[in-house]
Amino acid sequence: MNRLVFTNIVRFVGLVLIQVLVMNRINFYGFLNPHIYILFILLLPFETPGWLLLILSFGTGLTVDIFSGTLGLHAASTVFLGFMRPVIIKFVGEKPEYDITTQPKLEQMGLKWFIAYALVMTFAHHLFLNFVDVFSFNEFWQTLLRVIISTLATFLFIMLFEYIFAAKKEK
Amino acid sequence: MRNILVFIVRYHFLLLFVVLEMFSITLLINSTYYQSSALLQAGSRVTGRFYTTISNATDYLKLRTTNEHLVQENALLRQMKGVSFLRNDTATFWVNDTLYKQQYKYIVAKVVLNTVGKRNNYIMLDKGSRSGIQKDMAVITSRGIVGTVVNVSENFSWVMSLLNKHTRISGRIKKNDQMGTIIWNGIDHLYGTLTDIPAHVKIAKGDTIVSSGYSYIFPAGLMIGTITDFRVEQGEHFYTIPFRFSVDFNALQYVYVVKNLMKDEQAALEKSTEGLKDE
Repeated sequence: MNRLVFTNIVRFVGLVLIQVLVMNRINFYGFLNPHIYILFILLLPFETPGWLLLILSFGTGLTVDIFSGTLGLHAASTVFLGFMRPVIIKFVGEKPEYDITTQPKLEQMGLKWFIAYALVMTFAHHLFLNFVDVFSFNEFWQTLLRVIISTLATFLFIMLFEYIFAAKKEK
Repeated sequence: MRNILVFIVRYHFLLLFVVLEMFSITLLINSTYYQSSALLQAGSRVTGRFYTTISNATDYLKLRTTNEHLVQENALLRQMKGVSFLRNDTATFWVNDTLYKQQYKYIVAKVVLNTVGKRNNYIMLDKGSRSGIQKDMAVITSRGIVGTVVNVSENFSWVMSLLNKHTRISGRIKKNDQMGTIIWNGIDHLYGTLTDIPAHVKIAKGDTIVSSGYSYIFPAGLMIGTITDFRVEQGEHFYTIPFRFSVDFNALQYVYVVKNLMKDEQAALEKSTEGLKDE
């Protein structure tokens, strides 16, 4: 249990640093802004109680906000993501009779499950984030394009990260 | 009472979600429209230091371009110096120049945080109220206009860059002095849009857009960009003119914050005139 908490703290710090130092500086024609830090919320254990999930989501969003100077924007989106997570897991499919050590990870849940899970979660987050950022439906198609491109970018980075860390464990 | 508790326990997930979401949205609205919430100021004290350290390290990578810009600007300033001019009228020569009075003062600052990819982009500078920066000052580089200061803390300041939904600055086409409004439609950080130019005016690709000077913030004649295209939408009487920014917002490093020394006088005059109209 302690090891689980420790792993999650390290993951949180690492992902936030990567987000603010590397990802926030990626600008491909002004459209592409991957939000890799949501991987922290994706990888929280299945058993995380609802209230803790929401509070951790809020904390993650607020931390990224403070570093990006967009107070409330990421917090609002991650709280939304935390709220949607149980619904999305139900939708993508829970693992039947999973034991206590099973986590929503690529190597434990399989490629197909993880792709569906990560893609839907990332899309939900980016959809909320971009529309709250623009705060109107006037530029609907442009915002939607932004959502789709950023979702794909974030998804690619999430898969990359999962493969790097999964490969490390096999050694 | 007991029923309320049961209700809270039963729907705690939904209730907590609503509370946190409302709190976040409130934060967002406050920080977008007022840009002065205490939390953002406290945050910028910590993150400002952090980003200054990072920027100190990455500055070395851009030394070559920074140098080039400085050399260009030096050459320009040298041209303006007295020794570059040949005095051809010895009869009228005044040492004490009372004709000109300084209106603008420039403060150099370094960019420590900058985005171009969002719908609303802001820039953080490493100087604040302690260096004399105040709200509503202009921010420029040697290549053109960057934005306006929207909030200052003791050591840092937040600048709303032109790449923002709320940007409305007046620009003029240098060739024929036609005035319009500069907006950014959020697609590309290289291009902005000039609107409110009447459709009968003759314009051409490559025309220069400069600041109009009809504000207390920006000095007149600062470069904004060059026209790349123009069209009149159906049923409109005004041009939509996409133009390329003269500033590369993705490569900002050092900027000047412009202090208008006569702003108070101008504002006071405007205010007293409005008072006259009411009577």
